[in-house]
Amino acid sequence: MIPLSAYTAVSAVLFIIGLTGVLVRRNFIIVLLSVEIMMNAANINLVAFSHYLESMAGQLVALFIIAIAAGEAAVGLAIIIVVFRGKISTNVDEMNLLKW
Amino acid sequence: MVGVFFTYFALISIAAGVLTVTLRHPVHCALSLLVLLMHVSGLFILLNAEFLWAVQVIVYVGAILVLYLFVLMLMNLKTDERYFHQSALYVMGPAVLGASYVLYNLLRSPFDGAKGDTPAAAVLQDGDTYAVGIKMFSDHLLQFEIVGIFLLGAVIGAIVLAKTPKQLDTERGRS
Repeated sequence: MIPLSAYTAVSAVLFIIGLTGVLVRRNFIIVLLSVEIMMNAANINLVAFSHYLESMAGQLVALFIIAIAAGEAAVGLAIIIVVFRGKISTNVDEMNLLKW
Repeated sequence: MVGVFFTYFALISIAAGVLTVTLRHPVHCALSLLVLLMHVSGLFILLNAEFLWAVQVIVYVGAILVLYLFVLMLMNLKTDERYFHQSALYVMGPAVLGASYVLYNLLRSPFDGAKGDTPAAAVLQDGDTYAVGIKMFSDHLLQFEIVGIFLLGAVIGAIVLAKTPKQLDTERGRS
């Protein structure tokens, strides 16, 4: 029997990897991919707690997270297409038009 | 046996996550994210969540990741020479220290709490899909509707954002 803390450790490591990717990478698409990694880490946590605490609510929230990830991917990629059409590169550092 | 599978899925998903963040070419990053998602879905199988496994494979891998790959190939990205932030190395040392401290505390702490109403035997009796469905359409109906509205808004927003701006220009010229 695998202890619950093993699942939380895997999820924590994945979350840290995703957070590092968001902070470190400069390509906008890779930043979005790292956000997906973080959402998957949260999903592992939710499903693990749902299994070990014998409640179905965790799996439901994981499902809603997947739905929200789909919406986030669609809107984020649309923003990338708009930015790329304006001849700005996908480098995060060069997107500063909305900066005050 | 379960331990072997858990170790395999956990190690491969962590390695794929590291590759996703560190690889240079964006398409390679997306492909290693595919490996990560498939192995996370394996973890869901170990946790008796077959429905989430199917949703993960169909929605995440089949829809979201393919969308990412389409956009990556549509834009034909050039990889930058310096693809990391310059200041990343200074932050990395304290971050690794803090993260390992959190991880140490996580591994030591015994998680427990009030048990819910669906033990593993009840899930296995009718299947995970049945349990998720009963729970979703009884207790969580409002959240389900909210997610539906959210997805509708996201679809409309994506269409409005990605539309070609020519139509806007003619309207502006007319007025």
